[in-house]
Amino acid sequence: MSDPTMIHSRFDPARHGALIALVVILAFNLIVTPNFFQAQTLFVNISQMATIAIVAMGMTLVIATGGIDLSVGAVMALAGALAPLIFLSDFAQANPGLGLAASIVVPVLVALFCGVFNGMLVSCFGVQPIVATLILFISGRGLAQVLTNGNLQTFSNPAFSYLGTGRVLGLPFQGWLVLAIAVVLTWVVTRSIFGRQLLAVGGNERAARMSGLPVRRVKIGAYVICSGLAGLAGLIVVAINSASDAARIGNLMELDAIAAAVVGGTLLQGGRAPIFGAILGAVIIQLVKYTLLANGIADEVALIAKAAIIIAAVYLQQGWKE
Amino acid sequence: MGDIASLDLRRYLRGGSHSAGVWAALIALIIFSLLRYENFGGAYNISSFLNYNAMFIVISVGMCFVILTGGIDLSVGSVAAFTSVVAAYLSPYGMQVALPGAVLSGLAIGALNAFFVVAMRIPPFIATLATMLGAKGGALVISGAQTISVDWGSNFTRLGMGKVWDIFPWTAIITAVVVVALWIVLERTSLGRTTLAIGGGEDAATMMGLNVRRAKCFVYMLSGACAGLAGVFLASGFGAGQPLEGIGWELSAIASVVVGGTLLTGGMGSVLATVAGALLLGLVFNILNFENGRGVISLSAYWQMVIRGAFLLAVILLQSRLSRTTQKELS
Repeated sequence: MSDPTMIHSRFDPARHGALIALVVILAFNLIVTPNFFQAQTLFVNISQMATIAIVAMGMTLVIATGGIDLSVGAVMALAGALAPLIFLSDFAQANPGLGLAASIVVPVLVALFCGVFNGMLVSCFGVQPIVATLILFISGRGLAQVLTNGNLQTFSNPAFSYLGTGRVLGLPFQGWLVLAIAVVLTWVVTRSIFGRQLLAVGGNERAARMSGLPVRRVKIGAYVICSGLAGLAGLIVVAINSASDAARIGNLMELDAIAAAVVGGTLLQGGRAPIFGAILGAVIIQLVKYTLLANGIADEVALIAKAAIIIAAVYLQQGWKE
Repeated sequence: MGDIASLDLRRYLRGGSHSAGVWAALIALIIFSLLRYENFGGAYNISSFLNYNAMFIVISVGMCFVILTGGIDLSVGSVAAFTSVVAAYLSPYGMQVALPGAVLSGLAIGALNAFFVVAMRIPPFIATLATMLGAKGGALVISGAQTISVDWGSNFTRLGMGKVWDIFPWTAIITAVVVVALWIVLERTSLGRTTLAIGGGEDAATMMGLNVRRAKCFVYMLSGACAGLAGVFLASGFGAGQPLEGIGWELSAIASVVVGGTLLTGGMGSVLATVAGALLLGLVFNILNFENGRGVISLSAYWQMVIRGAFLLAVILLQSRLSRTTQKELS
């Protein structure tokens, strides 16, 4: 069995392809896009990239078990709708500190619960991941809209907005958050028992089960982490905008996250979880979006471009495997 | 040999009992509604029910074929939105141009799905997720992100608004024809048999010398064409091509297929039971509407999505229990 920590030691087209793509996009932007080489551009891209990266890292873990999580965008909407509901409530107005804590903890707990729901369906009831997570993909956003009655919630809460607009050492707070999560998850995947079991389950589920690994628990764990991170990303999106619209938060995020994970070298068949690869993928997806936007190309065309990237990335992986 | 034959028979009977449940539930709900709601059996409710659900029935039937092969098509909603715009643009030339034109554009996207899945060997859900995105982008690009009004002067709107004997909408009649044709294809042709065999075991089907690639191309193109037809119904029924419609339609279609007793792993299922599943799902919403009207409950439109998900959840849990007991009996 190959060691997942030694990804650098052999030639890996998925990873190197992504690096080459990154260099090409950067070079293109430096030449073509006006005002690209500026601190402002860097800040904008980091803060936009962060939500994709956070969700993509969770998605990487789920895909590593051979699954998929389509519900991440809906979970973001659910968490993002809950937070303002909590800190705008009478209770939170009376106890600002407690209210702020609750508006971060409760949505994340709800998100974690969504993960338990997904994980149970997949591992205990044997539902295909794609269908199991399709349920929350639709209902989760519906629930968020029911909670807010479909209204846009706007607010001004500097403490909460720090999640999305704060700066540490001059760089956006959520950029550091991405780094911290990545370091922890990399440790989990490469060093912890859970990580070993995760990769084993994704590599060969039957073998993992026969050798007595707790397959169900590992799978549920992956979905729980993924949903929890999605919930966090939902909070960040709301904090950036100082507004929460359940219909829009995390819309199509599942695609960005899957694309980022795949571009970063995660195999759809499972068994590999390159966490920093997911971040690289997120950077590429964000830069493609930014490049199209900055050069005046419509959002709709960007959708088509993203679809093409996903197909190309999966196809290249496929070819490399054979 | 005898063992295998009896296995097949039991599998078949089990499949039959799956769909028997749907039909029983459907009939029970219809009787319940007839007794409870005065206007339920009225011409207006029947024709608007059939007209609205015709879209979902055609999509579900196409989805049924894809799921039978063990695949999935997530692009149907976006494809229907895309083809509704195409149909709206073609509507000045009348339905004889707009209908085939839009269906062909759906077929083309289905062919793209088939190319990704069969030739490039990309997993179906990724391939169709990408075309879902692409078709949505395409619909927004060609429509300029606006709803496109159809030409009211041509005969196009008669398709979605006209009725036979004041009760059967044309959309429902076309849907019935499509359903019967596809039922014959699945049950009586070698293409249909191959489709079922692929879901039962793709390698085995290939080794038996069946043309697996052809059948897989067929199901994705069929699903695209069915979504294309649904787009035509959408445009002519509501008088506009709607690039933002179709969200969550794939969920409804998958739910209908699964309710009809088709296993998500493929290999077993039926066209008619899928229709029953789609009608059942539509009926649930019809009943909720009546209850809303009576003031018994008050549900906003946002609840629709939640209920759709809950419905799918209930069905899946039920099916996973049923298929587990089937497997136990078989082994």
